[in-house]
Amino acid sequence: MTVLSDRQQLSYIASQAADARLNVELETEGMTLNIGPQHPATHGTLRIICRLDGEQVVWAEPSAGYMHRGYEKLTEVRTFPQVTTLVNRIDWLGSFANEVPFILAAEKLMEIEAPPRAQVIRTILFELSRIANVSLFLGDLGVQMGAITPVFLAFRDREYVLNLIESATGGRFHPNFDRIGGLKDDLPAGWIDETRQVMVKLREFCDIIEDLLFGNEIFQSRMRGIGIIPADVAKDYGLSGANLRASGVDFDLRRDQQLPMAWDKADWKVWTHPDGDSFARCWVRLQETRESCKIVEQLLDQVPAGPIMTKVPRIIKVPEGEAWVSTENPLGEMGYYVVSKGDLGPFRVKIRSASFNNISIVPWALKGVYVPDIITILASLYFILGDIDR
Amino acid sequence: MGLVDKGRMPAPLTKLFNMSRSYSLWVYQWGLACCAIEMGAAFGSPRYDVMRLGVIPLPASPRQADFVCISGTVTDKMAPAVRRLWEQMPEPKYAISMGSCANCGGPYWDSYSVTKGVDQIIPIDVYIPGCPPRPEALLEGIVLLQQRIKNEDMAAKWRGEEFTSLQTTRERERVANQPAAVEPVAAREPIVVGGGPIE
Repeated sequence: MTVLSDRQQLSYIASQAADARLNVELETEGMTLNIGPQHPATHGTLRIICRLDGEQVVWAEPSAGYMHRGYEKLTEVRTFPQVTTLVNRIDWLGSFANEVPFILAAEKLMEIEAPPRAQVIRTILFELSRIANVSLFLGDLGVQMGAITPVFLAFRDREYVLNLIESATGGRFHPNFDRIGGLKDDLPAGWIDETRQVMVKLREFCDIIEDLLFGNEIFQSRMRGIGIIPADVAKDYGLSGANLRASGVDFDLRRDQQLPMAWDKADWKVWTHPDGDSFARCWVRLQETRESCKIVEQLLDQVPAGPIMTKVPRIIKVPEGEAWVSTENPLGEMGYYVVSKGDLGPFRVKIRSASFNNISIVPWALKGVYVPDIITILASLYFILGDIDR
Repeated sequence: MGLVDKGRMPAPLTKLFNMSRSYSLWVYQWGLACCAIEMGAAFGSPRYDVMRLGVIPLPASPRQADFVCISGTVTDKMAPAVRRLWEQMPEPKYAISMGSCANCGGPYWDSYSVTKGVDQIIPIDVYIPGCPPRPEALLEGIVLLQQRIKNEDMAAKWRGEEFTSLQTTRERERVANQPAAVEPVAAREPIVVGGGPIE
């Protein structure tokens, strides 16, 4: 806790100095630094406005909305099966994971459940999209620290996962594979053996990244002790996913709630880290990738036989009602609050995306840090712009 | 470049210059949405490796770039920034519009905040359809852009005209020499990867 109180003291002094527009000791004036709207370090089109005092940030504000596409309004003029096409594109790195909570919410309203085979295949694809998402994060992390090799490794090994998703669903990026009541198609022949081989490669990738990046002295000195978020602050700001688990909170919706999915059929672990700094957030994500490989490998052995689609009417009308379903997506908790009036399409959909809450802590986390640490903290918080602005 | 200045350029010299230009393109990647990841796969991954085509990604600033790849959804809030980027780039400059969103709005065709087509803001040379297009499609778009650059009339470019191919110039000269034969000069056609008009 001493680290925290020092930091708070520092930021207090710095903000006092910025209010006076003059640092008395060094006789420097404050300046405003604009990062974005398009900057490689901001994962897309986020704009961050920082007020600096010398090399220290005294005030920072993210300006979102450069990628706002009006999802919640668009869902009102689409039918239920059409909405999955849209919500694929919210978090574009883990597309399949975006469809699942919406489909589960619609199924909850219709009071149907996917057959066991569809549930297991859904879970496998969900975890594959998590691997595709987080492996790119691990590569991108290196680029933002100034090491360019990890991104080549990430793109090389990510292609294997994308090929798997493509051979199963037909889409490299946006599968649009989930249907209300099951899945569109069955798995192709030989897919399960192929997936096993790819999982071995992905484990090797995790080992390489751990040796190359996480064991690197420069990386550690730029990451350890930077951007510490204590558990109570993380809860206050509504963080979720690896950002919350890195602060020591043991919370994972895959384990903590009962959904018609197959996570409880596999033996896996929720990783937490007590530190809450940038290194912890990245480390938890690395361990999560390994756990995902573990889940996929175990579920491949127990894909049950049977149909992949339950009986649903040809024209889907969801009965009147309201439903909330959230799942543990690659970026954190993602949920849909679906209101139906018994029409072909939803009356209203509220989307709770993880990144929007995760960047809400940016003004707090950037207060009092030095300019190079801005990039480290933003990289470790890991947001995707489509997920923020929707 | 005095020859170009006067509006004259011998054809062999044009071809030489054009060949050099087409194989030393610096691309500025304006990655906005999903397509940015596929663009990253094309530019930054060992599997697709854009550098073998003579295209260098990651310039330090748009002021050093030869062409820009607009990949992803352009929203109304982003549109002024795209226009500003285009004005910062030095001539000769080209633009590739990657993905359905940048071409025409894509799945957000009825959204209130999306710009339906980046060609409302900047002139586009090559359109790549797809949502998102595969990295191979982007590579094909780049190859088509290189072919277009190889075929460009540099003197016309220097005079500030928009893209004029060598064939168009020859046609114009022929029409000018024979005023009786009135034939329409071929208009500038955008390239669409995969062929066909943009709907």
